[in-house]
Amino acid sequence: MNNKGILFFFAGFIAMLVFGWFLFPSLMYQKLEQPFHFSHVTHTEMTGMSCNDCHYVKSDGQFSGIPTNENCSMCHMGILGETEDERIFVEEYMMQDREVPWFVYSRQPENVYFPHVQHIDFGEISCERCHGEHGTSESLRPFQRNRLSGYSRDIWGPSISRINNPAGIGMKMNDCIRCHEQSELTIGCIGCHK
Amino acid sequence: MNNRNKVTQDNQKHPRYGMVVDLDKCTGCGTCSLACAVENNQQPATPDMTNRTGNTWMRMYKVHNGKPFPDSRAVFVPMFCQQCDDTPCLYVCPQNAVELDPMTGIVAQIPERCFGCRYCMAACPYESRYFNWWDPVWPEGMEKTLNPDVSPRMRGVVEKCNFCHGRWQRARAKAASEGRRELREDEYIPACVECCPTEALTFGNLDDPKSKIAKLVDDPNIFKILGRLGTKPKVYYRTTRSWVRNAVDRNIYSETKETVHG
Repeated sequence: MNNKGILFFFAGFIAMLVFGWFLFPSLMYQKLEQPFHFSHVTHTEMTGMSCNDCHYVKSDGQFSGIPTNENCSMCHMGILGETEDERIFVEEYMMQDREVPWFVYSRQPENVYFPHVQHIDFGEISCERCHGEHGTSESLRPFQRNRLSGYSRDIWGPSISRINNPAGIGMKMNDCIRCHEQSELTIGCIGCHK
Repeated sequence: MNNRNKVTQDNQKHPRYGMVVDLDKCTGCGTCSLACAVENNQQPATPDMTNRTGNTWMRMYKVHNGKPFPDSRAVFVPMFCQQCDDTPCLYVCPQNAVELDPMTGIVAQIPERCFGCRYCMAACPYESRYFNWWDPVWPEGMEKTLNPDVSPRMRGVVEKCNFCHGRWQRARAKAASEGRRELREDEYIPACVECCPTEALTFGNLDDPKSKIAKLVDDPNIFKILGRLGTKPKVYYRTTRSWVRNAVDRNIYSETKETVHG
């Protein structure tokens, strides 16, 4: 009787652990497909463009982010190639003068101020450290949005349970603080919060 | 206090921002209140707003000398967070939602941490903290005019003047793009200072002996409102009229708040 009770307890305990650590996080996140697929590789390898051609720091120190139609229109005035994604982009967005409503993987909450320029120029942090190998991706993976907060899953880094996450990866506030503490940077709340 | 100690330890010279309000120049026009509200995403006042529910980080007080005509005199006193170095609101906050910023000396309010107990409002001798009784509402279309550098606050939290620190962040990013870590004196000024038509407001680094404000602070006509409380405010007032100096300190609460909302 006692053995059976302990067995049931542990079976239930393990079942709940599996649910809480593995199933629940995936239930929390809603997968959304990007408006169409974009290949970074095609743009960098075939046309010889570099990251800075589209994602750059403007003269006022603000980061340009994802390029707008204006940047893309230098090449994409007409349909280039035969892919369906290209047709969607040109016909449904460029020709109708609509900006593409991309889901931004690294979007931070609106009270966060993240200046790219200080981190690139002074911190000498490479893009890949926060954004991963996004620049060499063939297509865009689905955007995972938290059903409650609306935040992107990517701010957690590779693993939500934070097991085996490489140091310095992830975009949670604690990740920022850890790096700032290691670099002995004095910074208060208003350094990063609007 | 702890934060300030940290600053002195790390051997870096961080600025200590402060402001001087020249009461002889101030005409009480209220442009500063308006500029503040626009810069910091304050919702426009509704007709039912009162002294208690209105939300103005920069508020104008009218102080009168109490004498009949022809000796009647009045002065307008812009009142906002005095950015105390010995910060009463910080000490009482149970949530650690108030911080004396080590980089700038600005008393920072963190609305996301605040749970609305309003101890800080009781502790503030300058009544320059405001409570959000409701979520802010903007008239349709006006949300497009919101400042992206300032996050709007939700209901149930306290807010106050923060020397427009969104402008500080932006100025630092611009300086960084030019390879500088330090800001020049004119690069960062709050919205109220920029808009004041009579230049009654001066903003700058109190610790930099070459700055305009450091010279102003040495003026014998400079005083701190309620300076006797020992909160070490970084906002100074200046007047050459002795009755103003006496009356402002004594009467500030008994007088009317002229501008309920900017």
